[in-house]
Amino acid sequence: MSRRYLARYLVSRYFSSSVSSRPLHVCIVGSGPAGFYTADKLLKAHEGARIDIIDRLPTPFGLVRSGVAPDHPETKIAINQFSRVAQHERCSFYGNVKLGSDLLLSELRDLYHVVVLAHGAESDKDLGIPGETLSGIYSAREFVWWYNGHPDYSSLKPDLKSSDTAVILGQGNVALDVARILLRPTTELASTDIARHALSALEESSIRKVFLVGRRGPVQAALTAKELREVLGIKNMHIRIKETDLSVTPADEVEMKNSRIRKRIYELLSKAAAAAGTSESDPDQRELHFVFFRQPDRFLESNERKGHVSGVNLEKTILESAGSGKQLAVGTGEFEDLNCSLVLKAIGYKSVPINGLPFDHKKGVVPNVRGRVVSQTLESLSQTEPGLYVCGWLKRGPVGIIATNLYCAEETVGSISEDIEEGVFKSSKEGSKGLMQLLEKREVKKVDYSGWEKIDAKEKQMGTERNKPREKLVTWEDLLAAAAAN
Amino acid sequence: MLFNRLSRLGSSIVKELPRERHFSMRGMRILQRSYGQYLQSSESEHHPCQYHEMVKPFIGYVMLNDNISSAINRERERNNDLALAQTNLVTCPMPQRQTRSFHEAFFSSNHHMFSASYSTASEKGGEETEKINVIFVDKDGEEIHVKVPIGMNILEAAHENDIELEGACEGSLACSTCHVIVMDTEYYNKLEEPTDEENDMLDLAFGLTETSRLGCQVIAKPELDGVRLAIPSATRNFAVDGFVPKPH
Repeated sequence: MSRRYLARYLVSRYFSSSVSSRPLHVCIVGSGPAGFYTADKLLKAHEGARIDIIDRLPTPFGLVRSGVAPDHPETKIAINQFSRVAQHERCSFYGNVKLGSDLLLSELRDLYHVVVLAHGAESDKDLGIPGETLSGIYSAREFVWWYNGHPDYSSLKPDLKSSDTAVILGQGNVALDVARILLRPTTELASTDIARHALSALEESSIRKVFLVGRRGPVQAALTAKELREVLGIKNMHIRIKETDLSVTPADEVEMKNSRIRKRIYELLSKAAAAAGTSESDPDQRELHFVFFRQPDRFLESNERKGHVSGVNLEKTILESAGSGKQLAVGTGEFEDLNCSLVLKAIGYKSVPINGLPFDHKKGVVPNVRGRVVSQTLESLSQTEPGLYVCGWLKRGPVGIIATNLYCAEETVGSISEDIEEGVFKSSKEGSKGLMQLLEKREVKKVDYSGWEKIDAKEKQMGTERNKPREKLVTWEDLLAAAAAN
Repeated sequence: MLFNRLSRLGSSIVKELPRERHFSMRGMRILQRSYGQYLQSSESEHHPCQYHEMVKPFIGYVMLNDNISSAINRERERNNDLALAQTNLVTCPMPQRQTRSFHEAFFSSNHHMFSASYSTASEKGGEETEKINVIFVDKDGEEIHVKVPIGMNILEAAHENDIELEGACEGSLACSTCHVIVMDTEYYNKLEEPTDEENDMLDLAFGLTETSRLGCQVIAKPELDGVRLAIPSATRNFAVDGFVPKPH
C-alpha cells in the first residue's frame, strides 16, 4: 500500500509541473485589491493559469478608486501594480459585467476550473434604532462613494447647508476620512481627484463642527496612528477631547500592554487633548470633537422639516469586561441630545449575498476554510465546494487595509494550488472563449482593459484642465461612452 | 542599431513618465523587465549581456538625445555610482507637490541627460560602490543570497533580484507590504530607529514582530553585511527553518 502511495506521489510530483502548465481557466469576480493580488499570485504560481477578472463597474480597482480618500493619493499607488497584472498576457479585465444579472454563478462554474469571489462588501451594518430612515442620515460608504464619484451615488445630494454640525457614528479610519473631507479647506481639496459635484457642494457647505461619536473609549478607538496624526496636523482645525474621557482603567492598561497600536493611539489622543486647550477661538474655525462613551439610542426628527434628521439621542456608556481582555459598552440609562443636520454612520460595511452562494448572515461572510467555500458543515467537518473560492472582505469580513489582502490572497492561492496538485481540476473547461460567447449572446457591453485606458486617459485629460490628477467621470453613461469611444 | 532601439524605448519612457505623480520605482522595474525581454527576443549581435547590465539601472533616467551611445560608454564606468544616485532618488518619500516640481525640472529640457542627484554622486569619481551580502528568506524557507550596493534600500534590492517582496505604495510610507523581519536582533539594533511614520505603518503590518521593519526604509550599509531578512507569509511554517519570531 505504501509503495503504491510512494509511486503515486512521485508520479504526481513529476507531472505536477506539466499539470501546472496545462491551461487552468480562472475567473475572479471583483477587481479590487483582493481580486488583483489573487490574480498576481496565481499567475506567478501557475504557468497554465488563464485569468479573467470581471467587475460590475466599468472601472477596475474597487475601493482603491472609490474608497481611498481624495487627499490620500499615495495610497492609490497600488493601482500601478494592479495595472501591470491586468495587462499580463494571461490575464484579462472585463468591466460592466455583473454577476447575478449578466450571468449566474453556476454558469461561471461551468466555464471555469476555478472561480474566486472577491467582490467585497457593498452594503452597511445597520444600527437598528428608531429614526434610521430619516433623510440626512447616510452610511459613510454612501458619502465616500459620493465624493469619490462612484456612478451609483453621484446624485446623492447630501444636505450640507442646513446647519453647522455633522455627527459621525464610529471612530475608525472611514469616520476620519469623511470628517476630514467635511472639514478640510476646499482650496486643498480642489487639487485632488475628488468628484466635481462633491467639491461644489463642499464649497457651499456650512458644516464647521464634526462630532466623532464612539460607544467606547480612546483605548478602543478603531482609527490608526497615521490617520490620527494627519487629522491632528491639519492647520486651522481644532481638536476637542474631554480630559475626563482619557482616564484609563486597569482593563484599559492591559489592552494597551497587549497591543502596541492601542497604546500609540491613546498617547496621540492624550497629547491632542492637552494641546487642544491652548488653541484660540475664531468664528470660521473648524472643529473636530471626539466624543467617547456614547451610543446612539434614536434619531430625532426636525419640527421644521418633517422627515429630516435634527439630532441624535445618545446614551452614556461604561465598559464591562467580556472576557479575554475585551471590553464592551453597556448603557447607563443617562441620555443627552446632540443636534445636527447630517449623520454619517461609519460602523462597518456588510457583504451582499449572491444567489446560489452559501452565506453566513451573522458574520456577513461566505463560509470558508482558508479560502475554500464551504457548502455545509456536519459535526465540525466542512464540506467544500470544488472550484469555488473567496478572497478579501467577502472571506474575512470588512476589516483590514489594502495590504491585508496580500496575505489573504496568498492563503486562497495556497488552497487553489493544493487542489491543483490533488487533481481536482481534471475536466476541460472553455474559459474566456465561453465567457465571450455568453456575454455576446446577452448583449453585455463589456469594458475591457483598453476601454478602461480610454476612460483613464479622458479623466486625466479633463483633470489637467483643472489642475487635478483626474476629473472623474461619474455617470454610467459617461463611463461607457468614454470606454467605447475611438 | 542599439542606439535606434534605445531611442524608441527612450521615447516611450518619456511619454510614460510625466503621467506619474511619483517617480515610480516599480515603473522603472517594469522598464527594466521589458527591456530585458526585448533584448532576449532580439536577434541583433548588439545585445551582449554587458550592455544589458550597464543600461539596466539607468534606463529610467535616459532622456532622448543624439548622444546616447557616447553617454552609455561614459556611464559604463559610473554604473555603480548611478545605482547609488538612483536609490537616493527613490528612497525619499517626497510629498506629492515636491515630487512633481522635481519631476518637471528634471524633464523640462530635452537636453537634460541625468538627474541632479546623479551628478553629485558622479563627483565621487569612478570608484566601485561597495556591496554587502544580504540573505532573504522567502516564504518557503529558502535562502536567497544577494549583493546589495551600499545606499540601496531593501525593497529595491529585492526587486532587482526578482524577490517577491511587494511594494504597493512604492516607498511612500503609505503601506506595509514591504514588511521584512530582521532575523538577528544584533542586526536589528544596527539599524536607525524607525520614524513615527514608519512605526505607524508597521502598526498594521501582517505578522508584526519585535524586529520588524519596512524594507523601503532599510538602507544597505557596511554594518549590515550578512543580514538575514525573512519575508512574512500567510502560509509559512516558521518552525521549519528554526526561526520563530516573537510576535509583537
